[in-house]
Amino acid sequence: MSFLSYLLKGVSLGSVYAIIALGYTMVYGIAKMLNFAHGDVIMVGGYAAFTCSMTRGMAPLPSILIAMVVCTVLGIVIETIAYRPLLEAASPLAVLITAIGVSYFLQNIVLIIFGSNPKSFQSLVKIPGLKLADGALTISGETIVTILSCLIIMLILTQFISRTRMGQAMLAVSEDKGAAQLMGINVNSTIALTFAIGSGLAAIAGVLLCSAYPSLSPYTGAMPGIKAFVAAVFGGIGSIPGAFLGGILLGVIEILAKGYISTQLSDAIVFGVLIIVLLVRPTGLLGKRIQEKV
Amino acid sequence: MALLEVHDIKVYYGMIQALKGISFEVNEGEIVALIGANGAGKTTTLHTITGLLRAKSGSIHFDGKDITKTPAHHVVGMGMAHVPEGRRVFANMTVLQNLKMGAFTRRDKDEIMDTLETVYHRFPRLKERQGQIAGTLSGGEQQMLAMGRALMSRPRLILMDEPSMGLSPIFVNEIFDIIQKVSDSGTTVLLVEQNARKALSIADRAYVLETGTISMSGRAADLLNDEAVQKAYLGE
Ligand SMILES: Nc1ncnc2c1ncn2[C@@H]1O[C@H](COP(=O)(O)OP(=O)(O)O)[C@@H](O)[C@H]1O
Ligand SMILES: [Mg+2]
Repeated sequence: MSFLSYLLKGVSLGSVYAIIALGYTMVYGIAKMLNFAHGDVIMVGGYAAFTCSMTRGMAPLPSILIAMVVCTVLGIVIETIAYRPLLEAASPLAVLITAIGVSYFLQNIVLIIFGSNPKSFQSLVKIPGLKLADGALTISGETIVTILSCLIIMLILTQFISRTRMGQAMLAVSEDKGAAQLMGINVNSTIALTFAIGSGLAAIAGVLLCSAYPSLSPYTGAMPGIKAFVAAVFGGIGSIPGAFLGGILLGVIEILAKGYISTQLSDAIVFGVLIIVLLVRPTGLLGKRIQEKV
Repeated sequence: MALLEVHDIKVYYGMIQALKGISFEVNEGEIVALIGANGAGKTTTLHTITGLLRAKSGSIHFDGKDITKTPAHHVVGMGMAHVPEGRRVFANMTVLQNLKMGAFTRRDKDEIMDTLETVYHRFPRLKERQGQIAGTLSGGEQQMLAMGRALMSRPRLILMDEPSMGLSPIFVNEIFDIIQKVSDSGTTVLLVEQNARKALSIADRAYVLETGTISMSGRAADLLNDEAVQKAYLGE
């Protein structure tokens, strides 16, 4: 039974990675930039939810909604102030360095407001766990909610992209910004929308992550952020199903490695697997082969 | 008043001046050709008209409205479509999805379907392949798709940037036939071409662009017979 419970735990952690990876992969696909501050938006989401529910005593659902609003606004602000002026003119390296700067900026702002002591985050998941097979296998409420959230988010997002005008605009911008503009698509607002969606999802990821691993510090977002970035690359950066697959696989590999091999080595194993996958498939599992220009 | 009036536009890429103050106009119903050697500034001109590039000075008026500073994404809704150089279809979308992108700014759902039928009528090959991924079409088919996509916005003026580039002679003829038909159906055409002979043979008027300035202009038929044009652009 321990394999099954590891597996579930892995899928659950992987679901969080997948939700975060969606933000990386959408922003990369549409703005062609790596938003390395994305992990810290998760952390801000965690603090927003913490403040609402633990400091102000609000109910879980409104707390989560407020955290999402905070992160969505934050995502749009970051995009407009920090990245937009650079996207057209500057080199990709300048954008990357700016993203790293934004990351430290967010960490330090939170450090100033909330201090460096980790907060103990009480789970916002209030549904009870399941006991199966006479108690040999327990599934926590957090695990259930996390996996379900990830599935629902994937479903809504794919429908949004394939069925709405905004979704089609995102696809067009991801393929060719200039041609998209000629179709009448406002590229800047499409990119802002992408940041908004990615950041709103980061808030959900933050709440789920802190509910499962209840310690919140200004650095909480850093490692999951990097792992989710790895997951996005693993699955094929720019691909939404790739982010999902990459996230789940990464979570499962990490938990199985922790359970059966070594806790200390688990991260090394995760990154080792990534390197092997990229050697065999440089575009990731579901990544598109770079298309030859005619 | 002409449908499109370009007045003394100067365009730079950083320090490099690509257009040194050019002026021309396109009247309603005309086919106007803009010919010139590689690097003369033809693409730059079209990009500046549709707002993908900004002129440092000068002005552009479309249908009497000043569009010099209009963002590119507002231009198509005003009635001007641009078939860019190199086709630039959305390679990962299907033919049908590409065509629907062309109608992105339109809200009249039912009439969009009518336009789609018109486009399919003009390009039967696109109808046959409507479910195919655009990136897998041949060059000529992609050109047709790019033109069909532009027509989906029901433009008054269509700008075409080297539609015959890289195509086999059969496709070149087909594309020029279609341009003629698009014009016959009432759409004004500004045609950029390196294939000067073909362009001049269907155009009403033409301008010759030479390193960022207009060196000659006139009736297309006259330019076809002009010795200097023949020497420089018609290989005679
Ligand atoms: N993105 C760019 N950056 C710098 N120079 C450019 C760029 N695009 C075009 N140019 C230069 O501007 C001039 C005009 O180019 P272009 O308009 O593409 O010519 P054409 O379409 O007539 O072949 C050329 O000298 C070209 O090298
Ligand atoms: Mg050109």
